[in-house]
Amino acid sequence: MARVSNTTLLLQLIRRDLRVALRQRSEFLNPIIFLLVVITLFPLAVGPAADTLARIAPGVIWVSALLSAMLGLERMFRDDFRDGALEHMLLLPCPVELAVLGKVIVHWLLTALPLLLISPLLALLLSLPMQALPILIVTLLLGTPVLSAVGAIGVALTVSLNRGGALLSLLLLPLLIPLLIFATAALEAATYNLSAAGPLAMMAAFLVLALGLSPLAVKAALQVSVN
Amino acid sequence: MAQSAALLEARQVTSVRGERTLFEDLNLAVHPGHLYQIEGPNGAGKSSLLRIIAGLLQPLSGDILYKGELRQHVRREFLQDLLFIGHKAAVKPELTALENLQFFAATQGQPCAEPPFELLAQLGLVGLEDVPAANLSAGQQRRIALARLWVSSAALWILDEPFTSLDVAGIALLHQRFDAHLQAGGAIILTSHQPLDWAGRSLVRLQLEYSW
Repeated sequence: MARVSNTTLLLQLIRRDLRVALRQRSEFLNPIIFLLVVITLFPLAVGPAADTLARIAPGVIWVSALLSAMLGLERMFRDDFRDGALEHMLLLPCPVELAVLGKVIVHWLLTALPLLLISPLLALLLSLPMQALPILIVTLLLGTPVLSAVGAIGVALTVSLNRGGALLSLLLLPLLIPLLIFATAALEAATYNLSAAGPLAMMAAFLVLALGLSPLAVKAALQVSVN
Repeated sequence: MAQSAALLEARQVTSVRGERTLFEDLNLAVHPGHLYQIEGPNGAGKSSLLRIIAGLLQPLSGDILYKGELRQHVRREFLQDLLFIGHKAAVKPELTALENLQFFAATQGQPCAEPPFELLAQLGLVGLEDVPAANLSAGQQRRIALARLWVSSAALWILDEPFTSLDVAGIALLHQRFDAHLQAGGAIILTSHQPLDWAGRSLVRLQLEYSW
């Protein structure tokens, strides 16, 4: 009987999942392309006036980020459920919560990291004032892991259903409204040169709460789903 | 049956799926060096029993003991000593045979320093190292899944229909591996519709009835 450390298992899981994702590029590129398209549609629809765009930019960026996150979310556990890798994961000799955290990390790396990288471009497209750009990046840094972590709960609950897609959005979007409110509040404050510390602190609290508690909920949900 | 200490014990396990009782007060002691074949018609609860033993499914009542202790109290030790290959074999279709195997080996604490080409050759997967598993035949995918038996140091193997889609040579190879494992003091629980061609005293048959 060989002992395997938790870290080894976590790293192996992350490595395998990243490798699988890179083999099916369209799956993880779709959400980010969707986001880019939605955001380019706004200047066309409401007109290119810089002050109008700057006014709606925080809301537009965050609503599109939320919707695009819904697109790629399902694949977090769906394929694993189909090919049995989920059962294998539940039977790894490490806490299930840790393996779940690995899944959340992979999802974040694949969906949120590209979003962070193109966020200056999004700010430019929507004429977001330059002083708000650092705040945009901070809200994304704090908010996107919450999307992945809370999203994981929804996916774990709906993974055994054949058409969980629409249900997933109905289940998750209401839960993410507080996140949306504080993220846009922070951005709005920044566009008017006000301090964004309050909403950002709230977002940081959400982050801690989501990362700490969601693996427990996901574990319970997965055990029901494979049952 | 040898009177050695049981590796695993199921005590009065009852399982209910939906409204139907699959089995009631089932007792099973798994001893090292023995192969347990669970037989029964479709729907009798063979897979459910395996999943209950592995811990994927909660029984309605009853306990599973690993080396005399409740399984949930020694979860880590139990899982380290367990190799479960279910009906869905956890082979990632996007990854190649080699990548799948290396992942399994690493999660079982036997990381391959270099690619296990010898093992792949033995399993008849040579020359297919770079092909994603999705492009291989069902039997070849099954072989990738079963390759875990060669890189595992677990004592307890739980295999759900391991012979499915294997050819004659594959089945013979598997028998050889089973033999070596039992010789080394391991135990195997499996379901299979095929009568096992087992010329040993170490085979224990467990018949599950289809009940309403």
